[in-house]
Amino acid sequence: MPEEAFGHQRGSTSGAGSDSWQPRIVAFFCNWCTYTAADLAGTSRMKYAPNVRVIRVMCSGRVDPQFVLDAFARGADGVLIGGCHPGDCHYMEGNYKCLRRFLLLRRVMKELGIEEERLRLEWISASEGEKVRAVINEMTEVIRRLGPLHREVPAEREAVEVAAS
Amino acid sequence: MSMRDVSPNGTPRIGVYICHCGTNIAGTVDVHALREYAARLPHVVVARDYKYMCSDPGQALIREDIRAHNLTRIVVASCSPLLHEHTFRKATAEGGLNPFYFQMVNIREHASWVHEDKEAATEKAKDLIRAAVFRVTLHRPLERRQVPIHPDVLVVGGGIAGIHAALTLANAGKHVYLVEREPTIGGHMAKFDKTFPTLDCAACILTPKMTAVKAHPNITLWTYSEVVRVDGYVGNYKVTVKRKPRYVKEDVCVGCLECIEACVYKDARFPDEFNLGLGKRKPIYIPFPQATPQVVLIDPETCIEFKSGRCKKTCVEACGERRAIDFNQKEEIKEIQVGTIILATGFKTFDPRRIPYYGYGVYPNVYTALEVERLVNSAGPTGGEVVLRNGRKPESVAIIHCVGSRDENTNRYCSRVCCMYAIKLAHLIKERTGAEVYNFYIDIRAPGKAFEEFYNRVQEEGVHFIRGKVADIYPSGAEGDQLVVQVEDTLLGKVRKIPVDMVVLAVGLEPQPDAEEVRRMFNISCSSEGFFLERHPKLAPVNTFTDGIFLAGACQGPKDIPDTVAQAGAAAAEALALIDAGYVELEPNTAYVVEEACSGCKTCIPLCPYNAISFLEEKKKATINEVLCKGCGACVAACPSASIKQNLFEDEMIFAEIEGVLAHA
Ligand SMILES: Cc1cc2nc3c(=O)[nH]c(=O)nc-3n(C[C@H](O)[C@H](O)[C@H](O)COP(=O)(O)OP(=O)(O)OC[C@H]3O[C@@H](n4cnc5c(N)ncnc54)[C@H](O)[C@@H]3O)c2cc1C
Ligand code: FES
Repeated sequence: MPEEAFGHQRGSTSGAGSDSWQPRIVAFFCNWCTYTAADLAGTSRMKYAPNVRVIRVMCSGRVDPQFVLDAFARGADGVLIGGCHPGDCHYMEGNYKCLRRFLLLRRVMKELGIEEERLRLEWISASEGEKVRAVINEMTEVIRRLGPLHREVPAEREAVEVAAS
Repeated sequence: MSMRDVSPNGTPRIGVYICHCGTNIAGTVDVHALREYAARLPHVVVARDYKYMCSDPGQALIREDIRAHNLTRIVVASCSPLLHEHTFRKATAEGGLNPFYFQMVNIREHASWVHEDKEAATEKAKDLIRAAVFRVTLHRPLERRQVPIHPDVLVVGGGIAGIHAALTLANAGKHVYLVEREPTIGGHMAKFDKTFPTLDCAACILTPKMTAVKAHPNITLWTYSEVVRVDGYVGNYKVTVKRKPRYVKEDVCVGCLECIEACVYKDARFPDEFNLGLGKRKPIYIPFPQATPQVVLIDPETCIEFKSGRCKKTCVEACGERRAIDFNQKEEIKEIQVGTIILATGFKTFDPRRIPYYGYGVYPNVYTALEVERLVNSAGPTGGEVVLRNGRKPESVAIIHCVGSRDENTNRYCSRVCCMYAIKLAHLIKERTGAEVYNFYIDIRAPGKAFEEFYNRVQEEGVHFIRGKVADIYPSGAEGDQLVVQVEDTLLGKVRKIPVDMVVLAVGLEPQPDAEEVRRMFNISCSSEGFFLERHPKLAPVNTFTDGIFLAGACQGPKDIPDTVAQAGAAAAEALALIDAGYVELEPNTAYVVEEACSGCKTCIPLCPYNAISFLEEKKKATINEVLCKGCGACVAACPSASIKQNLFEDEMIFAEIEGVLAHA
């Protein structure tokens, strides 16, 4: 992956100065459970961090590992995948397929030097609007502590990690 | 070059529409900034914001712009696509475009409603709109597939909900399979003597409906049966039903009940399930006199013939020539084909043992309301006499509301019917015994038609209403058979201890214990309390997220009989609408193999849960059966040569979305 790709067009989502860096998270939510749960969080007027951009897929089993890598390459600081609970997938077992790919991806990420926490898989059912809120808030905080995905100064990374632990 | 410039259909001309949704969106997201932003995105020819895009004039904007500006793609940023995607696809089609040249952006549920920071919410909305604009350029014209709807319907659960739905459909000429797990239909309602608020006799209104079900030429009634497997999809469900053996041939038994009389057990001595153990039955029995079908059954657990094989079988003798009794009957498996399904599996009552200080199961004179329904029932174990377990008539009775409802420790929701049935039972107990009756309540919920009037009437009859949550129940009296109810009366502001002979717990309504398994089998969702989840709380209250499966009655949430019947009628109407249309249109989001690119590796074949992928031996290529494909996309994600594409969710479209949400303009 080209070096510059990670650094590309990074900045704050609020358009303020560079010191107000905001984590950018791309989410892939399955249509039947997690996307619906996010809608429920909306209709229930729950408030959560504005850092996640949801892309709807029919099933978490549709999430191609390339989507995840592409999101990181294009400047995402984190990727969240949301699917139905085990046994609940609308297509029977798409979420198990997703889980296998997720585990593989985490290994690949490690090789690439990307912190594993930047990729998260969550089972969120259609009634769990509250879980959408909690997961998004939590993940935003985790990524905030990790900082932007690509940092030029390795020393800084260490400092952040020490502070985070 | 960015992929968004590569459109399969020439240079696109995009119209972007931003909905205010009143203030629902415009109150948090700067819709004007969004419009200005969208207007500058590549290929956008028209960008507008409007108060209500889903309204007629809103849709007209789209239609007119398509013609006036030769638009070829439409993006609407408003609410969830699960709500209005079809509305705007329709508007797109009415404007003369293929309906799939449309993409929806959710800036309400996923932005304005969930964020407080206006600037951040607006930025997010911009990112989402940009993604849709990038994506929509890649859309292709698609056609919806039509699948025929099998006209037969399956109704699961034979309570009042299932009965009413089945009769409505059968009267409309549709064939219905009604599957009930118990040996008889009727559900909870069959246990009641009177129903609130009108106090009409439950049996008088229910029995004729039960008989009509049994007699209806369009209804196949399978009691003592359960659905064990469901395959297929809307219009074409294949359902497997297990029929448990009753050891009595249903088509031969005439319901004369002589076998019960003749049983070697002269007295009934086994706890009778229908009466919640308050009465006794024999090993061969019928649950209650009006049970439907009027067919006896044998309980192998208690029948001597089953236990020792050495019974005199006086029942067989009594049955004589009819030969209805069959000790060798086996479980039967039936397979049926239906187009639509109505779930009407009802509820269970809260188990008050979970609140130990109420003493249920410890003090014999603490009853559940359902047990008291049987006591006040003239066909019940005491012939309608309200008597304690020792046969004595109670002189004072406490009825405790909200047991297992509106309580952090059990269920937080209100069970909706308990206040009213508790008032009904207060009236009936007072009428039958003349006892002093005390109702302990937190709030009285009497919001239905004629409910408040009924409450007033029962107050005037002299029933005491004490506002306060009962903290303890403990025994007193010489024999310890009296009970003291301790409560803080919140109206008087003091603790009261009221001695009574009998305590009735107005237990709440909970999901059936197997709701989770049933939900999985039918591939639907449950709400957080465990009741089946409707597609939309207001606009699609009997639909589920699975097309062709509908909900009726208390399986969807606590409700009384009038609401249950109304919902059952609505579910039947929804099923009828599908059946009479004759077909449904399916989303065209199926997958297909691009033959030239397929390497024939067969990775995809075992991945498909529907066996939709097969291998063309002569060509050494995979192929997907469009009719079987349900469009999950699992094979698309797995194909090593990227030769499988999913309509509407092509890789390129998703990459364009990723690029769109991340690229800052
Ligand atoms: C004590 C008490 C008193 C009440 N009094 C009144 C009253 O006076 N007036 C009033 O309006 N309402 C009253 N109600 C509410 C009333 O009981 C409900 O509104 C009504 O029973 C709901 O009907 P239903 O068909 O949805 O559910 P149910 O009556 O629970 O029927 C469900 C049926 O489905 C069957 N079933 C369940 N699971 C399966 C399965 N997996 N496969 C096959 N079959 C299955 C069950 O065996 C049952 O026969 C009272 C409730 C209680 C608890
Ligand atoms: S449909 Fe939700 S994970 Fe498959």
